[in-house]
Amino acid sequence: MKPLLAALALSTALTVPELAAARPVTLTTTLNAYGGNGAYLAIYVTDAGGAYKGTLWFAGGKSKYYSHLSGWERASGGRLAEISGITGASVGAGRTLKVTLDLADALFDAGYKLHIDAAAEDMRDSPSDVVVPLTAAGAGRPARGRSYVRSFTYSM
Amino acid sequence: MARRIHACLGLSGLLLLTVLAVSGAVLSIVPAWDRAGAVLPPAGAVSVADLAGRVTQAIPDVEELRRLPSGKIVAFHGGSDGPAASVIDPSSGQAVMPYAPPALQRWTTNLHRSLFLGEGGRLATAAGALAMLALTLSGLQMTARRMGGWRRMLAPVRGDGLRRLHTDLGRLSALGLTLSSLTALYLALATFGMIPDGASQGPAFPAASTSWPALPAGQLAALRELDLAQLRELSFPNPDNPDDLFRLTTAAGEGYIAPASGAVLAWQDHSFARHVHEFVYMLHTGQGLWWLGLLLGLGAIATPVLGVSGGVAWWRQRRVRPRFAGNVRAAAADTVILVGSEGGSTWGFARTLHAALTANGHKVHVAAMNDLARSYPAARRMLLLAATHGDGAAPASAGAFLQRLGEITEAPAIPVAVLGFGDRRFPHFCRFARDVEAALRQRKWPALMPLGTIDRQSTQEFARWGEALAAALGERLALAHAPARPRTQRLTLVSRVDHGMEVQAPTSVLRFALPKGALLARLAGRGFPRFAAGDLLGILPPDCAVPRYYSLASSTRDGFVEICVRKQAGGLCSGFLHGLRPGDAVDAFVKANPAFRPADGGTPLILIGAGAGIGPLAGFIRANREGRPIHLYFGGRDPASDFLYGRELAEWLKQGRMTSLATAFSRIKGGGYVQDRLRADADRLRALVAGGAQVMVCGGRDMAAGVTAALADLLAPTGISPATLRAGGRYVEDVY
Repeated sequence: MKPLLAALALSTALTVPELAAARPVTLTTTLNAYGGNGAYLAIYVTDAGGAYKGTLWFAGGKSKYYSHLSGWERASGGRLAEISGITGASVGAGRTLKVTLDLADALFDAGYKLHIDAAAEDMRDSPSDVVVPLTAAGAGRPARGRSYVRSFTYSM
Repeated sequence: MARRIHACLGLSGLLLLTVLAVSGAVLSIVPAWDRAGAVLPPAGAVSVADLAGRVTQAIPDVEELRRLPSGKIVAFHGGSDGPAASVIDPSSGQAVMPYAPPALQRWTTNLHRSLFLGEGGRLATAAGALAMLALTLSGLQMTARRMGGWRRMLAPVRGDGLRRLHTDLGRLSALGLTLSSLTALYLALATFGMIPDGASQGPAFPAASTSWPALPAGQLAALRELDLAQLRELSFPNPDNPDDLFRLTTAAGEGYIAPASGAVLAWQDHSFARHVHEFVYMLHTGQGLWWLGLLLGLGAIATPVLGVSGGVAWWRQRRVRPRFAGNVRAAAADTVILVGSEGGSTWGFARTLHAALTANGHKVHVAAMNDLARSYPAARRMLLLAATHGDGAAPASAGAFLQRLGEITEAPAIPVAVLGFGDRRFPHFCRFARDVEAALRQRKWPALMPLGTIDRQSTQEFARWGEALAAALGERLALAHAPARPRTQRLTLVSRVDHGMEVQAPTSVLRFALPKGALLARLAGRGFPRFAAGDLLGILPPDCAVPRYYSLASSTRDGFVEICVRKQAGGLCSGFLHGLRPGDAVDAFVKANPAFRPADGGTPLILIGAGAGIGPLAGFIRANREGRPIHLYFGGRDPASDFLYGRELAEWLKQGRMTSLATAFSRIKGGGYVQDRLRADADRLRALVAGGAQVMVCGGRDMAAGVTAALADLLAPTGISPATLRAGGRYVEDVY
C-alpha cells in the first residue's frame, strides 16, 4: 500500500502542533489465512485509563458493517467524522496492510495503547484483536492478535 | 415491442444471466443442506439462558453464540490452535462438530453478487436482475398474446418442440424468476444505500455499571424469558474487562445485559426497514425458508435452457421471416400489410407485395397479424395475408389477431382486404382467413375487395389477385411472385419396394440414405435436421418451386429416410418419385409436424391407416423399442398385392414392438374396409379408449371420415366422442 501521511486532528493528545514534535511511523498488519472475505479493521488509540483518543486507520468501506467493530464503535461513538480521510479498502485474508503516518512524540512511553478491532462477513467479531502499548522500545517487535491478525508491528 | 425487448435482452444478457442463475441455483441448496444438519428443539423447550448456561459449562471460553437462519447454533470460542467455531447441540451445550462453511459456498456467493469485480460487479449483477425481470414480464406478455389472452395463459402450447420447451419452462419458472429478480433489485438498492436497510449501531453502550460478581449465564433474567428461536447473537463480556456487558441481538431488537444483575441496561427495537430488509433477504436467499430456496433454485436453473432455446428460436424465426428493405414505421405508412404465417411461405408473398407497392410510391408497413395496432394514423388501406394452420386454426404469427381485433372498439375508416392462403384438399379451405373476414364484416370494417384465396401457393392466383388489387387502387401493379426455394439437401435412393400394381394402386416404399452432415454444419443449423416418424419430408420435383409433402416413415435413429408414396394419376411429384431408381437423388427438406406424434407416456396407441397412410404408423411401431402397447388397423385392397410392410409387421409383432394387428382388404371375397374391422372390434376398442388410449389416423380423407363415423358409433355407449378425444389430443389425424 502507498505510504500515507495522516495527521490526527480530532484529539488534542494526538494533535501534531508542528512537524518537529512528530515522526513518521509505519503500521504493518498481516492477517491469517482465515478463509473468509476481506476483513474490516479499525486501528485506534486509548489512553492509560482506557479512554478513546483517536483513530489511526480504518479498513472497510460500508458503514453499515461498522457495528461489527464493537470496541472501536463503543470507544469512538461510531461517528463517521472520526475516520473521514483515513479510510481504505478491507484487507483480504493472508494479506498485509501497511500504513505510514506522522504520530506525535507524546504518544510514546506515556501509557497509550494501540487497539485493532477486526471482523469479517459471517465470521466472528473480534474487538481488540490486538492491544499493544505504544513505547519506543516496542517499535519493530511483532505482536500476535487473538483471531484475525497474524502479526502487527509499528516501526519508526 | 415486448418481443424486441425480450430478444434484445435475452441475447445480450445470456452469459451474465447464465452465470447469475447457475450460481444462484448452487446457493439455493445451502439453506436446505444447513437445515438438514440442524438440531431444532421444539418451540419453548429451550431458552437462551438454558443454552448460554449449558455452553459455558461445556466450553468455558465461549465468546459468542449465534443462531443461523437454519436454526443451527454456532459458538465462537478459543481452541488449542487459536480461535475456533463449533456447531452446538442446544440440548447439551456440547460442540457437535467444527463450524466451517465450505469455501465453495463463499466463492459462489461472491461470484453471484459481484462477479469478483467489487462495486462495478455489484452494479452489473443488479443490471442482470433488472434484465431478468424485464425478460420474465415481456415473456409472459408475449405468451399471453400468443395464447389469446391472460386467461388462456395455461393452455397447451402449439408449435415445434423448441418453442414448446421455451414457453413451458418459461411459464413454470416465471413466478420464481420474478421473485428472485425483484428481491435482488431490492437488495442491490439497499447495498447502494438508495433504500434504507435499517442497519443501526444499536443503543449506545451504557455508562459504567456497578461491577458485582457475574451471575452464571444460565441465570440471567433477561435471557430466561427468551426462546431460542428468537436468538440471533449473544456476545459474552470480555473476561479481561470488568466493565464489559453481554450484547444481545434478537429477532426484535438489540441491547446490552449486565452480567451481574441479568438486567437489560439498554435496548433498541429493530426498525421497520430492518424487518423488511430481513424478510426480503430471506425470500431471496431461502435462508430460514429452505423449501422456497429450492423452488427458486429450480426456477434459476431453467434460465440457461431458456436462454439457449430462446436464442435458437429467435434465429430460426429470423430465417423464416424475410427482411423487408425500406419497411416504413406503422405510424407513417399509407398501406399496412399484416401477415399470418405458419411456416414462412406467406411472408414470401408479403415481400413481393411490399416490393411492388413500394415501387409504386406507397409507404408500406409490414408486420405480423399479432402486431395489429389500435390505430394507423396515416394509413389509407390495410391488406391481411392469412394462412391457415392445420384444419382451420390460426397460424403462429396470428394466434392473437382475433382477440386484438376484438379490443378495437371503433372500426377504422380505412378499407381492408383479406387474402387467404391454404390447401383446397382440406375440408376447411382458408378457414382462418374466412374467420378473419367474417370478424371484420361483423365489426363493420369497410372492405377494399372481397376475400381472395390462394390454393397451394399458386403464383398465378396471386398474380390475379394483384390485378384485382390494382383495379381497386386505380394504379398499375404486377405481382410476379417467385417463391423462395426452401433450403434442401440431396437424398439418394437406396432401395424401393413396390406394391399394388395388380390392384391399380401402385404404392412404393422409398428409402433414402441419411446424409452425413459435418458437425459444424449441424451446429449451424444447416445439417439434415433430426426428425421423427410423422414429420413431413418436403420434396421439390425438378423444375418446380412448390414442395410436396410426404409423411416420414422413419426416425433419425433408424439411420435412413423412408416415405410411402402412392402414384397419383397425373401427379407431378408422385410420378417423379415412382420413376426413381436406386442411386438417383432428390432435393428434400424436413418440416416438423408436432401435431401428429404419439403422446408422451406409455398409454396404448390405436393406429388406423389405409394404403400409403401406413407409412408414419409403421415408423411409430419401428421406433417403439420400449414395448408400448400398439394396436394397428390396416386397410388395403388385396393381401397378395398391397399389404404394405407385411413382412416387417410380422417381425415387429414377434419382437413386441406392436401388440396386435388387424387387417381389412376390400377386393377379396368376404373382405371389407378398415372401418368395418373397427366395428367388429367394438368391445376391445371401447376398453382401450376408456383406458386412456390415443387414436392416430392416417390416410385419405374419405377413409378418415369413415373411421371417425365408425368410432363415433362404437364409442357412443361410453359417452365419449371423437370430438372430445380430439380436444384432449387423443384423436389425431394426418389426412391427405
